[in-house]
Amino acid sequence: MTISTTKSADGTELTIRIAGRFDFSSHQAFREAYENLPVKPKSYVIDMHEATYLDSSALGMLLLLRDYAGGDSARISIQHCNNDVKKILTISNFEQLFKIS
Amino acid sequence: MATDALRILIADDNASDRLILRTLLQREGHSVIEAENGRLAVQQFLTEQPDIVLLDVLMPELDGYEAAIQIKMMAGSRLVPIIFLTALTDVAALARCLEVGGDDFLTKPYQKLILQAKLRAFTRMQQLYDTVSRQRDEIHFHTERLVREQQLAKILFDNIAHPGCLDAPTIRYQLSPMYIFNGDVLLAAEKPAGGLHVLLGDFTGHGLPAAIGAMPVSEIFYGMTQKGFSLVDILTEINQRLKEILPTGVFCCAISADIDFRSGMLELWNGGMPDAFLARSGRGILTRFSSQHLPMGVVGRDRFRPQVQRAIFSPEDRLLLTSDGVIETSNANGEMFGSERLEQAVATTAEGDSFFAAVQRALELFGSGAAPRDDVSMVEVELRPLSAPEHAPSSPRPTRTGPLDWRFEYELRTQSLQQFDPLPLLLQVLMEQPALRPHRGRVFTILAELYSNALDHGILQLDSSLKNSPEGFAEYYRLRQSRLQQLAEGSIRLVFEHQPRTHGGRLLLRVEDSGPGFDWQRWQASQVPGNGYGGRGLALLANLCQSLQFEGRGNIVAASYDWLLAED
Repeated sequence: MTISTTKSADGTELTIRIAGRFDFSSHQAFREAYENLPVKPKSYVIDMHEATYLDSSALGMLLLLRDYAGGDSARISIQHCNNDVKKILTISNFEQLFKIS
Repeated sequence: MATDALRILIADDNASDRLILRTLLQREGHSVIEAENGRLAVQQFLTEQPDIVLLDVLMPELDGYEAAIQIKMMAGSRLVPIIFLTALTDVAALARCLEVGGDDFLTKPYQKLILQAKLRAFTRMQQLYDTVSRQRDEIHFHTERLVREQQLAKILFDNIAHPGCLDAPTIRYQLSPMYIFNGDVLLAAEKPAGGLHVLLGDFTGHGLPAAIGAMPVSEIFYGMTQKGFSLVDILTEINQRLKEILPTGVFCCAISADIDFRSGMLELWNGGMPDAFLARSGRGILTRFSSQHLPMGVVGRDRFRPQVQRAIFSPEDRLLLTSDGVIETSNANGEMFGSERLEQAVATTAEGDSFFAAVQRALELFGSGAAPRDDVSMVEVELRPLSAPEHAPSSPRPTRTGPLDWRFEYELRTQSLQQFDPLPLLLQVLMEQPALRPHRGRVFTILAELYSNALDHGILQLDSSLKNSPEGFAEYYRLRQSRLQQLAEGSIRLVFEHQPRTHGGRLLLRVEDSGPGFDWQRWQASQVPGNGYGGRGLALLANLCQSLQFEGRGNIVAASYDWLLAED
């Protein structure tokens, strides 16, 4: 599992790219990806293009990010999910909390 | 630079060699014990407990090899380095020194620098060894204590998150055995008027944190079910409590069912769990309940959606609930069992066979040779009523009599009718009469029927004949919901009276609604029991009560229930 980040040119949007299995072992890296940035982004993109699987603790981490980014007013979109990943997000009804495409 | 002072045993039959070595060591600040043969060396080792042993190879009575073997044995788990003193250069003889347990050699004539360096090295090794041993003992101690504490906590946990009526012959289940505490919770409880509440939950993570979350779930589930709360109220409460206590990122996927055997209706709520199935063996899946909600503990009361899915069932049907561990079970090739195999197993279950056994067999077949499954929880409920005597709640003989002679009046206005279920509250008041508690189920049924008649038929004007077909049944609930939401006015007044009698008492219940009433004379004349999914309420009431009378324009019902003190 690897996690990498890029910022949009104006610095307001943070993209977090997740590759491989997204599970509890990513906990530390995932939090470091968005915490302690000099400027807090306005919106977040989770790019799941290379993510193969996520478990319930990964769902928990997404909730942690959501809280950090302002809870109900957080702007987070989860993009490029493969079928397995999408299914897990759907079963958990996370589309009620995140923009999933 | 001197090493830390050591107690060193020198065993050598040559007195002058011993003298040279002793002088060297004493100058370094070490204390020295001497032995002139192997036998004495072993004795000195026992009595003097040296830190390091220097052994000559060739000695009378017992040679160095034999002495080394005995000394190592006596030292046990203590690290006591043995350094062989030798003028030998024969490779085989040197190798043998190490084979019998020696740690190093010191060649004669002795060189001070080498001796110092070796002693320092062994001192370091000894300190390292001591540290590791101490830490190992500490870890061992803590692990032991942790296991003991967990075992005690497990007893406590089991008493709170008790299995309810999971031991009923109609229920088969398996719970993930992965840890002393696992993240799964399975609860089943009988409702006061019969019927069943079941809940299968799966917390993020395992172990103690997940188990702690399971405790309030269990307490709320059992407590509120026993008091007659509806599944919707119970789930709303559990969600709210979990939202309050669980840290962000920890939540509970759950599936919960309310099974009403009398009406043959099933209500199910699925938040984040795999599909649940209503199925009949030999016929496969009849209804599928997919997750429609967020898991519990994620959002607060304002965003929590307690809406249930409904289905009608027959006594031959079964309900099958599984955790994601079932479909995520992998075999030796890293392949997942998957939902298709699960559904295949359900679809091909032979008539009369249990789905539970069929799924277990399919898992066995699929996972043969793989690691034992660690996270599999599932439950199958046969949808036929539990036999009453086996599962009647034990009611100890009441120790006080409670109020015997009273009257209680309670009126619900429009807003309360829309959003409040008064039954648990009213049941609580009635059960203040302890001798009435063994009658809890019947009293609750009477209360529930009277109230839902007044609300559904009296106020909302719903026709129970709608419930004669599955489509109408769904329509009934849709209409009920929308009419309730649009309700502009209406009220229900409940009057309870209790009178003492010689060996018990009489409970009078009078329920009056503000609706237009119904043609009770005609109903009484026909007395045809309902044969659809609904319309059986009045017949049931007439059966349970000593008397049942309609008054006014059919908007008032008066029932009386006589009870006798339970025999000793």
